[in-house]
Amino acid sequence: MPQDPTERRVVVTGPPRRARRTTGYYRPRTEIDEQTTLGHTYVRSLIRIQLRTGLTVFAVLALLIGPLPLVFAAAPDARRLEWAVLGFGLYVPLVLLARWYVRRAERNERDFVRLVEDR
Amino acid sequence: MNSSYAVPAVALVVLATVLVGAFGLRISRTTSDFYVASRTVGPRLNAAAISGEYLSAASFLGIAGLVLVQGPDMLWYPVGYTAGYLVLLLFVAAPLRRSGAYTLPDFAEARLASQTVRRMAGVLVVGVGWLYLLPQLQGAGLTLTVLTGTPDWLGGVIVAVVVTVIVAAGGMRSITFVQAFQYWLKFTALLVPAFFLVLAWQGDGAPTHAFDEPASFREQRAVRVHDSLDLRLDKPLTVTVDGTVDGTAHDGAELVLPAGTHHIEGGTRLTFAEGTEVPAAGRGGDDAVSPSRAESREERPLYATYGLILATFFGTMGLPHVVVRFYTSPHGVAARRTTVAVLGLIGAFYLLPPVYGALGRLYAPELTLTGNADAAVLLLPDRMIGGVGGDLLGALVAGGAFAAFLSTASGLTMAVAGVLTQDMLPSRGVRHFRLGTVLAMAVPVTLTFLLGGLPVADAVGLAFAVSASSFCPLLVLGIWWRRLTPPGAAAGMLVGGGSAFLAVAATMTGYPGEGPWHALLAWPALWSVPLGFLTMILVSLATPGRVPPGTAAVLARFHLPEETRTEVSP
Repeated sequence: MPQDPTERRVVVTGPPRRARRTTGYYRPRTEIDEQTTLGHTYVRSLIRIQLRTGLTVFAVLALLIGPLPLVFAAAPDARRLEWAVLGFGLYVPLVLLARWYVRRAERNERDFVRLVEDR
Repeated sequence: MNSSYAVPAVALVVLATVLVGAFGLRISRTTSDFYVASRTVGPRLNAAAISGEYLSAASFLGIAGLVLVQGPDMLWYPVGYTAGYLVLLLFVAAPLRRSGAYTLPDFAEARLASQTVRRMAGVLVVGVGWLYLLPQLQGAGLTLTVLTGTPDWLGGVIVAVVVTVIVAAGGMRSITFVQAFQYWLKFTALLVPAFFLVLAWQGDGAPTHAFDEPASFREQRAVRVHDSLDLRLDKPLTVTVDGTVDGTAHDGAELVLPAGTHHIEGGTRLTFAEGTEVPAAGRGGDDAVSPSRAESREERPLYATYGLILATFFGTMGLPHVVVRFYTSPHGVAARRTTVAVLGLIGAFYLLPPVYGALGRLYAPELTLTGNADAAVLLLPDRMIGGVGGDLLGALVAGGAFAAFLSTASGLTMAVAGVLTQDMLPSRGVRHFRLGTVLAMAVPVTLTFLLGGLPVADAVGLAFAVSASSFCPLLVLGIWWRRLTPPGAAAGMLVGGGSAFLAVAATMTGYPGEGPWHALLAWPALWSVPLGFLTMILVSLATPGRVPPGTAAVLARFHLPEETRTEVSP
């Protein structure tokens, strides 16, 4: 049926152009919505960076807390230190770690939104 | 303890709870209000509600009692309870809210599209919720007994009835107000007396030997031992005995007990001279509110400490009443910010129990022997300040303790009732939710009657261990790992949670008694959490064909910020 090539060309190039005009979305956003391979790559990059952020803060937490029982066991005379650290010293660092994480996680999301919305 | 102020204080807390609940009821109109407060609870109110719900009797009374008896190592409990929220924030908070799951079974179904996994998670949630409710009811009984001498089932029944009425009548909207109110009540009830106690301590010349190990008597004190116990002595102890020690009756004779274990009969009166070190009691009576009695700290303190850290750090995210709360946030970003506020609020609260624990070691060290260490917080105002002031402060503390039982119990009942209504009762209307509420409370109340003297205190430790080794792998792997399959999730929950449950159940029935096995079984988290994760990963990798088809889209929904979503969330 190659008698009328001009008509076919219109049909092939038409739909994408129309779709882009009616929805008004830029490409990465459309890719995500339509779950194409490229869209998945975008989502996966977000998941990976969020996981890395979480693991980083978790590593800091582990380094902060992990050695403490060993320290207290190694220095049984440092009772007052144990009281001070466990009773009053750890809550502020925990809250600061949480705020640090939230700031980074929200920045990751903002960067991602800027990437997919503005291009 | 003078009960003429304490009883009105407890009554006032119960009344205020009902009134605040009724206020919530007036604006609670729709089914959505009922289950999730229409998802409109802002970070500040929600954070106070979450903290109010989370700070249970174990936090309010138990920690100070444990610190009094066992020293500063027990401060790992509040640290773990707080850090558990940080771990929850890092890996779960925002994705869980975006998943749209109301309960853990909802999450399991949304992620894995499997009814089997959903039902397993449902059974676990109800089990963990009931386990956690038991010590709340028992603690309420203990408090009322200490204050007024009423039979010990009464407090539990009062809590059960009030909670059932509020939850069944007002649902989540009511509960949110009630719990936010109770956070501030609890905080005030510990802060104000602590202020005066510290002043009294300074007026006393600010003695600091509370921080020495072990605690010692500041003045001559007579102690009446209620239940028979074994004293473990590292060195000889001089004590005046009026009663039976090691099978021999004494009548006011001064004895020098050699190092070793000595059996003291119940009802014996021991008088310690000033400066005597407080001996360690082998069997700690009925400290029903303490987070756990299954620990064997003498045998493997380091192992036990790490087990405790692991269980609390990873167990928090799976507690049924914690998860439900996240769904009441309007969106993922709010869920995260709420969690940070919660960390601040519970961190501030946990600064106070160590104060009571330290002062308890100074002014009430004999509680170690009477087996009522949990009463330290209740008794200190009377002991240190005395008079009307002491009575009033004691009444404030008693009211706060009751707020602790009420708020945690209502949160748990809410969560368990939600699961029961959705998964086990036929329709999802408000009337069935009310039926579910009654059911959710009826079972643990019956259990407190049946179990009576059993060491139900271990239930909290058990709840954390089971949650850490079953729900934690499910949530973390479900949120971050694409290749999780329904068989993997089911096997992981069964192996991890099941082994933790069996291990603690074995210790509670006294199976291994002593030795390294006992420590391994009493603190299962150290091996059962890795076991749960490993089983889930290995079985998932072995069944690659069973990855649910919509996984990519589901994960995208968990992680994409709300503004990039096209579909309007329901």
